[in-house]
Amino acid sequence: MADIGYSKKVLEHFMNPKNVGRIENADGYGKVGNPVCGDLMEMYIKVKDDIITDIKFKTFGCGSAIATSSMATEMAKGMHIDEALKLTRNDVATELEGLPPAKMHCSNLAADALHAAIKDYKKKKGETENGG
Amino acid sequence: MKKIYLDHASAMPIDPRVLAFAQRYLRSDFGNPSSLHSAGLKAKTAIEDARKKVAELINVENETCIIFTSGATESNNLAIKGTALRNVGKGKKVAASAIEHISVINPMKELQKGGFELILIPVDSTGIVDLEKLNDTLTKETTLTSIMYANSEIGTIEPIKKISEIVHRNGLYLHVDATAAAGRIPVDVQNDGIDLLTLSSNDMYGPQGAGALYIKPGVRLQTILPGGGQERGLRSGTENIFAIAGMGEAARLAKSEMSQESERLKKIRDRLIQEITKIDQSYLTGHTTQRLPHHASFRFSGIEGESILLNMDIRHGIQISTGSACSSKTLEPSHVLLAIGLRHEEAHGSMVITLGRSNKLEQVPQITKAVKETIERLRKLSPL
Repeated sequence: MADIGYSKKVLEHFMNPKNVGRIENADGYGKVGNPVCGDLMEMYIKVKDDIITDIKFKTFGCGSAIATSSMATEMAKGMHIDEALKLTRNDVATELEGLPPAKMHCSNLAADALHAAIKDYKKKKGETENGG
Repeated sequence: MKKIYLDHASAMPIDPRVLAFAQRYLRSDFGNPSSLHSAGLKAKTAIEDARKKVAELINVENETCIIFTSGATESNNLAIKGTALRNVGKGKKVAASAIEHISVINPMKELQKGGFELILIPVDSTGIVDLEKLNDTLTKETTLTSIMYANSEIGTIEPIKKISEIVHRNGLYLHVDATAAAGRIPVDVQNDGIDLLTLSSNDMYGPQGAGALYIKPGVRLQTILPGGGQERGLRSGTENIFAIAGMGEAARLAKSEMSQESERLKKIRDRLIQEITKIDQSYLTGHTTQRLPHHASFRFSGIEGESILLNMDIRHGIQISTGSACSSKTLEPSHVLLAIGLRHEEAHGSMVITLGRSNKLEQVPQITKAVKETIERLRKLSPL
């Protein structure tokens, strides 16, 4: 096994990521990162009564970028959106039994992508409420 | 699942014959070559025997031109800092190609901090040094120019003889880092016109912890490691006899077996390139023909190299290398891939295969199947 300081859990999620894909007609969509930097994440959420009922991701990036995406989606599924907004990068890393120090910043954008998707949902919701 | 090791540029196993030859210097013949008693004499003889063997591999004038060091990094540092500082009266300019190893670039940057001017010579999209630019840039004040024999990330072999003519017409000394090339292709310092040349023991199946620097007679340099005055005063410190004796034996074996082994590896290399470039949006990096015989390097669109490395290793038991930022200590993509004109996002998706003795033509289907699965799986995950 590659010894680059990844925990067993990170490698598990890298090898068998959960919730991969896109959601058609998603209620919220978030995109963070940049392929130039080597990490790009897209997050799609379905929301009912402010609960995240479904969530999917697509990620370009290294092992920890893929593992954190997978873990963040697992954590957020079934959560109230306000609770999910409180999820931090650290929470995701802790749940993965830690990340190598160098990866804490650049490849740990999954929480940010989740927040972006929730904000997108809130914005859309606000627009419909205001409009309707 | 049978493991396949394809990362010989990073580390190589010691040849069992080398180990059998040199282990006596760990077990029984452990003397200090500077001691005058018989144990010391045995160790001294071992070093001089190794010096001859290394000298023969690269056809030097006289074996005293070879200085043993701890490895390629130290040889590069000694060559660069040693000559630049010793010849500071002649000028304060140093030059290197943009794709030199970090152990060439960083000592030069250190000189730059000390007031030297550093010139980086660009390369074309295949990694060949821009000879016109080299010709136009070097001046009499350029006391040292460092151009590698071949690049370990993209496999490109530089036209060293032509480079030597240009350097000697315009500047002073040419240093060549032959870490990736020695033992793979013939290197002849006299015919190529080289003033200083770096060699690494482990890169030719020798033990880790030894390297050598060839210094042409008449080239003036100063030590960067003062002490007891070993190695003609240029590299103090008690010699690593086991590693040096092993390096000598490895050099002897490389000289006698290189041409046959390189022909064998070339066939595997070419088959790999043929099969892997069939994958959609996959490209060879480096030169198609001016290429090391054991080297195949690629880039794939839409995916990232560290993920390729992990998937190849965990799912397929195959060890490869990548120039991706995410796998480096600096988190910067490979300066070599950027120098050949790749964009950042392209440089992230690189994979480097370096073959060795354990590799066989029969492994090619297993390797290509693994690469295909890896690319497919990661592209499914990718939003690009």
